[in-house]
Amino acid sequence: MSDMKPRSDSTPASPERRRFVGAATATAAGLAIAPGVMLYEVAHGRAEDQAASSAVRWGMLVDATKCATGCNDCVSACSTENGWTPVAESKHAKQAPQWIRKLELQDPLTQMETNLPMMCQHCAEPPCVDVCPTGASFKRADGIVLVNRHTCIGCRYCMMACPYKARSLVHEPLNDTQKPDVPRGIGCVEACTFCVQKVDRGDGNTACAEACTAAGHNALVFGDMNDPESEISKRLRELPTKQVRADLNLNLGVRYHGI
Amino acid sequence: MASITFREVEGSSPKYWMLFGFLGLFVLFGALAWNYMHHHGHVVTGMDNQIVWGLPHVFAVFLIVAASGALNVASIASVFNKPMYKPLAPLSAVLSLALLLGGLLVLVLDLGRSDRLIVAMTNFNFKSMFTWNVFLYSGFFVLVGIYLWTMLDRSVKSWSKAAGTAAFIWRLTLTTGTGSLFGFLVARELYGTAMLAPMFIIMSFAYGLAIYLMVLAAAYAWTGRALGDAVIMRLKTLLVVFVAAVLYFVVVQHMTSLYFTKFHAVEAFILRDGGALTTLFWVGQIVIGCVAPLVILLSSLGRQRSWIMIACALVILGGVAQMYVTIIGAQAYPLDMFPGLTEKSSFFDGEIHAYSPSMPELFLGLGGVAIALLATTFAVKVLRLLPASLDDATVAKLEH
Repeated sequence: MSDMKPRSDSTPASPERRRFVGAATATAAGLAIAPGVMLYEVAHGRAEDQAASSAVRWGMLVDATKCATGCNDCVSACSTENGWTPVAESKHAKQAPQWIRKLELQDPLTQMETNLPMMCQHCAEPPCVDVCPTGASFKRADGIVLVNRHTCIGCRYCMMACPYKARSLVHEPLNDTQKPDVPRGIGCVEACTFCVQKVDRGDGNTACAEACTAAGHNALVFGDMNDPESEISKRLRELPTKQVRADLNLNLGVRYHGI
Repeated sequence: MASITFREVEGSSPKYWMLFGFLGLFVLFGALAWNYMHHHGHVVTGMDNQIVWGLPHVFAVFLIVAASGALNVASIASVFNKPMYKPLAPLSAVLSLALLLGGLLVLVLDLGRSDRLIVAMTNFNFKSMFTWNVFLYSGFFVLVGIYLWTMLDRSVKSWSKAAGTAAFIWRLTLTTGTGSLFGFLVARELYGTAMLAPMFIIMSFAYGLAIYLMVLAAAYAWTGRALGDAVIMRLKTLLVVFVAAVLYFVVVQHMTSLYFTKFHAVEAFILRDGGALTTLFWVGQIVIGCVAPLVILLSSLGRQRSWIMIACALVILGGVAQMYVTIIGAQAYPLDMFPGLTEKSSFFDGEIHAYSPSMPELFLGLGGVAIALLATTFAVKVLRLLPASLDDATVAKLEH
C-alpha cells in the first residue's frame, strides 16, 4: 500500500509533519486511483488483506416472469457450490438446511402462479444482525450478510427475527461434503452468502445466477448495484421491481420483478 | 414491632434426603438430556428450521419470568414497607435466585453451541435484546444477592431498603427485557408489540407468587412449623389480583389483534383453528391458568388451604401453557411474505408448522425446574431463611 511507505521512514527531526505530508499524499493518490482500483477489484477479486469496500453493494435481481416452473437449477447449484446436502438426499428433510428454495405463489382469486427463488435478502438493515447477541451475524461493507462461524452460539434468535425464513441451523454433524472455502458447523446458523467465496475470488457472480443463465432462463442477475454501468443496475433502472415485505423498510439486496 | 426468629430447616430427616434425591434425579436426567442433544445436535429434538425455539425455551422463559415474580413478596416487605411480609422476604429472594438459575441453565444448554457460552459472555452486540438480558440476569444475581445479605446479616440491615428497592427496579427492568425478547421481533405477527413487556411483568407477578405460595406451604408442612391462615389468605388475595390482571392483558391483546384485518388469520389460528395450540390456549392458558383459579380463590373454596394450593398449581400449569402458546404458536404460524397469495415450497412456506417436543427437550426443561427447587431446598437448610413460626399470633404482632 502506498500510504505505508512515508510512515515507515519517519526517523528524522519532524516525524509528525512527515507523517502528515505522507498521509495527505497517500490520501490524494488514493482518491485519484480509487476508481481504477475499484474496477480492478470487481474484475479480479479482493486481496486477502484488503477489506471489503462499501463502494460496492452486491445485489441480485430476480425476474420472476422468467423463473421456470419446476426448474430447481439455482437450488442445486447452490447446494453443489456451498456443500450443503440437497433436501431430497437428506435423512432428516424437515431439519435440513436450505440456503435457497423455490417458492410457488398463487393468487387464490385470479389463479395467477408465480415462481421465484427465496433466500437471504441481504438487507441493508438486517434484523438478524440487530438481534445477534454476540455479533456473529454481521453485514460486510459490500452489503453481504454473513454469520461468523467462530462466534455463532446457535441461539437461533436471528432465525426468529428474519422475516424471510432465510436461515437454517445445522442440526446434525456434517458429512464430508463440506467445501474448504465454505466453512460450516453443527449447532451454527447459516444462510445464503451470495457465494462470498466466489465474489472474493473475483468471479463476479453467484452459483445460482450462473446456473440460471446456463439453463437459458436468465431470471437471476447478480452484480454491483452501486455501479451504474453494471448489468444489474441497468436492468433495475428499466424494470419495475419490488422488495419482499417492503413495509419493513429493510432496503433489500434482492429485488424481484414480476411479483 | 415483635421480632421473628429465623431458623434453618434441620434437613437430616430421610424425608428431606428423599426430596433432595428425587430432585437430584431430575437434575441428572436434565444433564443426560443435554449431553444427548449436544452430542447428536438438535436433530434429536422436535425442533427444526421452522420451530427454532421449542420446549426448552418454554421452560426457560417461564422460569425466568417466574423468578422475577418470586421476588415480589420481598419487594412488598421492604419497598412498600409492609411488616407482615418481612418474615417472608428471605425465602422470596432465594427462590427468585434459584428460579433464575434454573431458567438460565435451560436456556444456555439449549444453545446450538452450548460449549461456546464464554463467547456469549465476551462478545456483545448492544443492539441485541439478548445481550441486554445477559447483563440484566447477571445484575439480578448481584442485586438480589446483596439484598439477601442485608436481610440475613444484622450488621448491614440498614441497607435492606435500598438494596430491596434496587432489586425491585431491576426485576421490573429484567422482565421488560424478557418480554422484549419477543416484543422486539419485527418478523412475526404475534410479536413486535410493546404490549409484551408489561404483559410479561404481570405474568411474572402471578407465576412467581403461585410458586412462592406452594414452596412456602410445602416448607412449613414438611418441617412441621406453624403457618397461619393470615399469611396464606393475604397472599391469596394478592394472587387473585395478579391472575385477573393477566387475564385482562390477554383479552386486550387478542381484542386489539382481532380488530386488524391483517391479523385475522393468525388470530383465527390461535383462537380457533390451531388444533393442539388452540386447546392449549383455551383450556390451558385461559381456563386452567386464569378462570379456574379465579373461581376457586374467589368462592368459598378459597378459604381452604388445599384448594388454594390447587389454584396455585393451576396458575403454574396455565403459565407453562401460556408460554407454549406464546413461543410455539407464533412460530407455528407461517411467515406472511406475500400477503394475499398462497405459498408453497420445500421449506414449508405457507404451511402451519407442526412441532412435537421430544423426550430430551422435556427432560432438559424439567431439569431446570429441578435445579431451581433443589437449590431452594439446599438454601433453606444452610441459611436462616424461614421463620420458626408464622402462626397467626406471631404475624399479628408484626402489624402492631
